[in-house]
Amino acid sequence: MKQKNYNFIIGGSITCFMVLLILVGFFYTPYDPEKMDSSLKFADVSLKHIMGCDNFGRDMFSRILKGCGTTLFVATGTVLIGALMGILIGAFTGYYGGLLDEVLMRVIDALFAFPSILLALVFIAVLGSGKNNVILALGIAFIPSFARIVRSEFIRCKNMDYVMLAKISGASDLRIMFVHILPNTMTVLLSSIMIGFNNAVLAEAGMSYLGIGAQPPEPSLGLMLSESQTYLFSEPGMVLFPGLMIILLVLGFALLAEGLKTRNTGK
Amino acid sequence: MKYVVKKLSAMLLVIIIVSFLAFLAFSVISGDPALSKLGTQATPERLEALREEMGLNRPLLVRYGDWATHFLQGDMGESYDYNMPVKEMIGDKLPITISLTLMSFVIMTVLAIPLGIYTAKHENGLIDRIIYILNQVIMAIPPFFSGILITWIFGLVLKLFTPGGFVSYKEDVGGFFWYLLFPAIAIALPKCAMTVKLLRAAILDEVKAGYVRTAYSKGNNTNKVLYYHVLKNAMIPVVTFLGMALADILAGSIVIEQVFNIPGIGRILLTSISNRDYPVVQAIIVLIAVWVIVINFVVDMIYKVIDPRID
Amino acid sequence: MKKEMMKKLLLAVVLSTLTIALSGCTGDKSGEENSSNSGAAAAETASASSITIGIPQDLEDSLDPHKAVAAGTKEVLFNVFEGLVKPDSDGNLNPAVASDYAISEDGKTYTFTLREGVKFHDGSTVTAADVKYSIERCADTSSGTPLVPAFSNITEVAVVGDDTIEIKLAEPSTDFLTYLTTAIIPEANQTPETTPIGTGPYKYVSRSPQEKIVMERFDEYWGEKANIKDVIFKVVANADTIVMELEGGGIDMFARVTPAQANQLSDKFNVEEGTMNLVQAVYLNHETECFKDARVRQALCYGLDRQLVLDFVSEGKGTIIGSSMFPAFGKYYMEELAGLYTKDVEKAKQLLTEAGYPDGITFTMHVPSNYQQHIDTAQVVAEQWKEIGVTANIELIEWDSWLGDVYTNRNYEATVVGVDAATMTAYAMLERFQSTSDSNFINYNNPEYDKAFTNAVSTVDDAKQTEYYKQCEEILAEDAANVYIQDIVELVAINKKYAGYEFYPLYVQDISKLYIVE
Repeated sequence: MKQKNYNFIIGGSITCFMVLLILVGFFYTPYDPEKMDSSLKFADVSLKHIMGCDNFGRDMFSRILKGCGTTLFVATGTVLIGALMGILIGAFTGYYGGLLDEVLMRVIDALFAFPSILLALVFIAVLGSGKNNVILALGIAFIPSFARIVRSEFIRCKNMDYVMLAKISGASDLRIMFVHILPNTMTVLLSSIMIGFNNAVLAEAGMSYLGIGAQPPEPSLGLMLSESQTYLFSEPGMVLFPGLMIILLVLGFALLAEGLKTRNTGK
Repeated sequence: MKYVVKKLSAMLLVIIIVSFLAFLAFSVISGDPALSKLGTQATPERLEALREEMGLNRPLLVRYGDWATHFLQGDMGESYDYNMPVKEMIGDKLPITISLTLMSFVIMTVLAIPLGIYTAKHENGLIDRIIYILNQVIMAIPPFFSGILITWIFGLVLKLFTPGGFVSYKEDVGGFFWYLLFPAIAIALPKCAMTVKLLRAAILDEVKAGYVRTAYSKGNNTNKVLYYHVLKNAMIPVVTFLGMALADILAGSIVIEQVFNIPGIGRILLTSISNRDYPVVQAIIVLIAVWVIVINFVVDMIYKVIDPRID
Repeated sequence: MKKEMMKKLLLAVVLSTLTIALSGCTGDKSGEENSSNSGAAAAETASASSITIGIPQDLEDSLDPHKAVAAGTKEVLFNVFEGLVKPDSDGNLNPAVASDYAISEDGKTYTFTLREGVKFHDGSTVTAADVKYSIERCADTSSGTPLVPAFSNITEVAVVGDDTIEIKLAEPSTDFLTYLTTAIIPEANQTPETTPIGTGPYKYVSRSPQEKIVMERFDEYWGEKANIKDVIFKVVANADTIVMELEGGGIDMFARVTPAQANQLSDKFNVEEGTMNLVQAVYLNHETECFKDARVRQALCYGLDRQLVLDFVSEGKGTIIGSSMFPAFGKYYMEELAGLYTKDVEKAKQLLTEAGYPDGITFTMHVPSNYQQHIDTAQVVAEQWKEIGVTANIELIEWDSWLGDVYTNRNYEATVVGVDAATMTAYAMLERFQSTSDSNFINYNNPEYDKAFTNAVSTVDDAKQTEYYKQCEEILAEDAANVYIQDIVELVAINKKYAGYEFYPLYVQDISKLYIVE
């Protein structure tokens, strides 16, 4: 198959575009996303307000920019926690094996079987709601999937020649694990990080839809969708735009992950 | 048989671990249930008396054992908020959520398996490509968003169902399932897309394996090879995925229930979480956990049927 | 048990597969059902009269009428329970369980004659002993303040005949009668929490947590019987789906839609306009460090353009108020207080600086997630306060958490809600701001206020008493006890199939007056 890696190209472009948009949104939005203006209530799509205005006369585009930012912020935090803890657990259990591995893996298995949003809800039940707790809860919920991937990579790598070589030359276990083996798992890890982003965006949107994540008036895609339900009939734009943004974000990461996989395996 | 025993004991172990963790999380970390029960009327003496009465002064493991035994007997504790047994609270709501989950699972499987086979058979054909693109997009739509869209299109515009017009299965079984059909589709869509993609890839992998060529060279026609040999092997990763999907769908239905205002366990779970009504949260979580674990066990058993060599 | 479970599971699988198959081939049929909408509606009226009413929260505090505290609970229980007297839609008190009453000249003895043959929902007849029990239950001081604080004035409840009961007071009181709207419940009922039994036009049938409360017309009601037989109060905890539920037919009526929601409704609905009869405000917890300083509280008042709140939240509808009293109270209401604070950013900033917060303050407002009006208000308020350097973060919480954390445990900084009056008395509105009151959820502690309030309560002369109550209101306003906003416009969305909705000057929903058109 001499085909170009379309997944990678399209996914990369979408993601770059979105991330750029979001980065700009951190520093500049056309309007203050929380500024209300009663004369602009439900303003239609126009050159001034390219996505119209909401029920408080707030500029939808500015809100969506900020909302994507919130979503991406939570997703990044989530993936960071999940990946770091996952790497640690996966590395140790994969490298050492033994009873610890056996017990931890049983727990991880059980947790992995749990849908992440449900797991996050459990943690929220204990921690309380709010944006930071959502990051923590989702992060913890994401640990098992990373741990499993890293573990299996470590098991695959630990008997390879270069590891043996390092062992003979007297490198410490920690050095072998994180200097020698870890970089070799990067290709696989990178693609699962992308999938992680993909899932985190979906989970964050779901949580704020349920009212557990970001709190009003802070713009958040899930929350905006929830609020827009009242105006479903007359203001479909309030539903469509935030929804489309979620789809673009998720699609970008998903295609990117796929593209990376194809690249690695060469298929 | 050894395989079954091994998996069965693993399953029981996981159930014990998970239920213990749930017990730990909600009974210990979450604070003093006696205090929550008394609220503002708490005085040190009353608190102590209630702690004694509720058996909170006993060692942890004894309490866990006690709780687990009661749970097995169907006694899931009593809600702090409603002063009624948890069992009673979720008793008539569980069937709703389970129906929704199963319906959505059936929709997913019924749609995905033929589509997966079709796209694999016609690899790189026009329809395959269209479905590929469609799959990628559908996978990116969060179920609650498709839920809102479905409400809008099928409910408000086409008027195929009345949003919010949920009827209980006790009153009208047909109407109940008709209403659930729409949320079920919303949940099933992304999972369906994933299954199609996975099945297609798995079939193509198998086709490229050596034994298929042998079968071809023996003069078997395509369909026969596809159904007898390839599909059987290709189903292994798909079964794993379907098992996981069943758990995901359950979680998805908790969110979707909010979109369609379905009085399943989702609403109860969410309010109990924010009200810190721990006995209720605990019971629901443990029930879901058991459900998930049992499904995993079933998946393992199906492996064995598909491929007897596995152990 | 497991086997049964499996059976059920299997059944569910079979059923769900079956429906898919069915729905696959009977697409036309469902279309038919919908096209003949009018036919379905007619069938509904003929089969049995019923109505489904959306409520924003489950009755989570208690079904026990004496223990219920939330206005949202009481407005529903109004249909189930009655007191010796009962308010009507003009705010007058009419005899209910009692047929007649007399007040002694010194204002210390109230004598009631019970109405003959008033039945409880369980079929038993109301006896003087039941009345004595109900009143004494609410006057019981063994766990602190009595359930009805005004009942601490009672010295004795005496049964003087089969159908006569005498209530003796320690101090004469002019508005004591209003408290005798307190529900009369049967002494024999051991579980008022789970099986509420009263004498009202509707009897409680069942409930399903977070889903619905079912009631049925009480056919042995002593007075004018209700029109509609079956009433379901359906919990619509997600405010964003109210419009959808109404349009879809999931609910026939919702008592408090926002103007924005009302605008979304089709012509299937009538929208009746009244007022909610409550005081919506940003209630401040005076135990919070920064709110201990009156200047900070005043700054918040100066930082707010109330008209703008009304414009955003309710298209300009509603009544701006300046203290804990709303217009329905007539002589007690002080219109002039509404204009006490007009928006003045400079003054607000200056007050904050004087109070030692030149850089502004930050706090969290807890808002019940099921009340769209309060959520919207909170957002507009928070936005305006940014101008004076105040950051008010919003945190949405479930209604039950609000009752627990905010109202009962007073563990919060600020909250946006509406506070109503349990009875049509100034006392009911103002009692909660006494420093010692059990319902003083804002921890207000002002000796001046306590004094004015005590004066009001102990005065028999009506004009003088009114004066003292007004003084209380003035103190609350000038001291900026809370950031008072408005008495919210009440828009009742009701399907045109029904009529007869009546507004009360109290926070109640009288379902018995509703009837079906056609």
